Amino acid sequence: MTRGERRSFFTGLAFTSPWIIGLAVFTAYPVLASLFYSFCDYSILKTPVWCGLENYKELVSDDLFWLSLRNTLFYAGLSVPLGTIVALSLALLLNADVRGKPFFRVLFYLPSIVPIVAASMLWIWIFNGQVGLLNWILTPLLAPFGLTPPAWLVDPTWAKPALILMSLWGTGNAMVIYLAGLQNVPKELYEAAEIDGATGWRRFWHVTLPQLAPVIYFNVVMSIISSLQIFTQAIVMSSAASGGTGTETDGFPARSTLFYTMHLFATAFYDLRMGYASAMAYVLFIIIATLTWLATRISRDRLN
Amino acid sequence: MSFAAEKVKVVYWDKWTGPEGRSLRAVVDAFNRSQDRIEVEVLTVSPVDRKTLVATAGGNPPDIAGLWAYNIASFADAGALTPLEPFMREDGQTADEWQARYYPVYQRITRHNGVVYAAVCQPAMITLHWNKQLFREAGLDPERPPRTVQELDEYARKLTKRDPRTGEITQMGFLPQEPGWWPWVFCRWFGGQLFDGENITLATDPRNLEAMRWVASYTKDYGKDAVTKFASGFAGQFASPQAGFFSGKVAMVFQGVWYNAYIREYKPGLDYGVAPAWPSAVPGIDDFSLAEADVLVIPRGAKHPREAWEFIKYLSSPNLQAQSREELTGIELLSYIQEKNSPLREWSPFFANHHPHPKIDVFRRLSASEHAEITPDIGIWTEYHREVLAAFANVRLLTATPEEALADAHRRLEKSWARHRRSLERHGQLPAKQNAEVKP
Repeated sequence: MTRGERRSFFTGLAFTSPWIIGLAVFTAYPVLASLFYSFCDYSILKTPVWCGLENYKELVSDDLFWLSLRNTLFYAGLSVPLGTIVALSLALLLNADVRGKPFFRVLFYLPSIVPIVAASMLWIWIFNGQVGLLNWILTPLLAPFGLTPPAWLVDPTWAKPALILMSLWGTGNAMVIYLAGLQNVPKELYEAAEIDGATGWRRFWHVTLPQLAPVIYFNVVMSIISSLQIFTQAIVMSSAASGGTGTETDGFPARSTLFYTMHLFATAFYDLRMGYASAMAYVLFIIIATLTWLATRISRDRLN
Repeated sequence: MSFAAEKVKVVYWDKWTGPEGRSLRAVVDAFNRSQDRIEVEVLTVSPVDRKTLVATAGGNPPDIAGLWAYNIASFADAGALTPLEPFMREDGQTADEWQARYYPVYQRITRHNGVVYAAVCQPAMITLHWNKQLFREAGLDPERPPRTVQELDEYARKLTKRDPRTGEITQMGFLPQEPGWWPWVFCRWFGGQLFDGENITLATDPRNLEAMRWVASYTKDYGKDAVTKFASGFAGQFASPQAGFFSGKVAMVFQGVWYNAYIREYKPGLDYGVAPAWPSAVPGIDDFSLAEADVLVIPRGAKHPREAWEFIKYLSSPNLQAQSREELTGIELLSYIQEKNSPLREWSPFFANHHPHPKIDVFRRLSASEHAEITPDIGIWTEYHREVLAAFANVRLLTATPEEALADAHRRLEKSWARHRRSLERHGQLPAKQNAEVKP
């Protein structure tokens, strides 16, 4: 490094220091500290006491840990593929040449900018078993079969599917990214496909989808990460449905909406078991990292 | 003048906004005017319990925090609270002497393992409220609330209506989950114990099982789907005209002294009654009731604990000679504005005789009851509460038998309790003996 280079290196460092310090203090330090605490009996006010692998061992035999993990995987397992299909379909429709295209694009994107708590309050009413909009539509549809729609948020069987349904409402962000991806597909490929006699479906399958693969990969990874961390809407909706029963983290009804991060939050901030909660956070980190790695592997194989 | 600059500023965090928040501020203002040494400043903080805890951990807590009574045990075990007895001793009294001003139930509510950590701020007693109009329509005596659980069930049947065409429930006499805030108290009501001071007794006490069987009977008798659908119409509605009791969908409900103000707000003119006590569930437990309270604590590491104590003392020592609204001070001023009972044994003439709640005598009598119940004093209550809530939901929705639900919760709680004690031991905190609840 010449003198000038060194100088500009330090100048650059000085200019980026606010970010570097922020990262170190607010991200790197907590991440490392929680790794340490995950091996401690720690309740934030008392001195942490090293307890080795005790927290991790207890996790294995904690049936609420497994239940919350199952609930979360169920949610993610359905909401990620469904969300991908819905977002991609919307993007394809909105990419078509129709009148009022900008209007529809805005319309379908709008829900994504509604704050999640506000959206949750809205959906609580939509899912209301007696006067809800959803059952108002479903009741006459199911009546000929002698069926009645469920009470959604207060029924342990249907509370999770309700949250999945609601998650489809917020696919606007993914949709916009797909839309951008679609516009980057070279026109020549479609022309070539047309000359070869490819029809709509084949064109989608052999041109659009392969061209979109990197975008799909990105969206799927992002939605795996976010759906495994589902928290706000579950807390707002389950506590509202339970009638505000003192703690909002019991996963009402009957723990059917006890998701991983809710269990973690309750353990940390209600039960004050920060060490155990840190261990849970690290396990979730490992799960997410593994799934992301898996998605990368699969898509790399496909892309080549 | 430099007096203003020399005033000690006491920072007080509380959770309430709206009418409750305004009344708290009125009392704080009255305190600030009553002397010229201390200035209490109220800040609304939400959620106050967790923020207080984190601020305490960070070494910068408020001087006073307005917590929920059920926070005391876990906060004390976490080492977040200042014991108050030393302040009382400075005033020449023991904790028992100082607390003698409270009804026994409010003495118990401020303690953990016998140590006083808090002062009562917003006390409330809870009892059965019934809709007289619906009683009349059902051919029941509108002036006579049920006196036993059997009567409660019988009245509930008479007060339940169905749509003759669809068979759907349109009105119910009583629903155990409305409002569903204290499902654990049903166990106590039936004579059961949740914790005996040593061990978790949730599944081992047969009376807890009785209580949960009673809860399940409502779902079984009226039909699970019908009840679920009916209840989902107003689930989660409390401060709203759509709430079950206000909309005339549920005829009887356990609610607190605060309910009068809510009824006036959301269903003005509702003709309702306040039962003198909970219907008796088992022989020997009469005048059963549930007490709740917000409490004031001094977090550990507070900058001005002594000045904070001055405010707590002001609140807890109202002018018991008050003959007019203007002469009310401390907790009486607060409870008067909030239309609640005072936790003190002695009430001033004005407070007792001109109280805005028409049925305040019922709540005063219940405060004195030896079967006034409080949240069990156990350091893992947050977890215990979630376990009971989950068990209650399973029982009510028939997804588990009462036996299964309680055994399941019990198993986990036993483990947690053992772990909690291990942790206390590790930190050198395990008291010589975990005291049972202080009995009056």
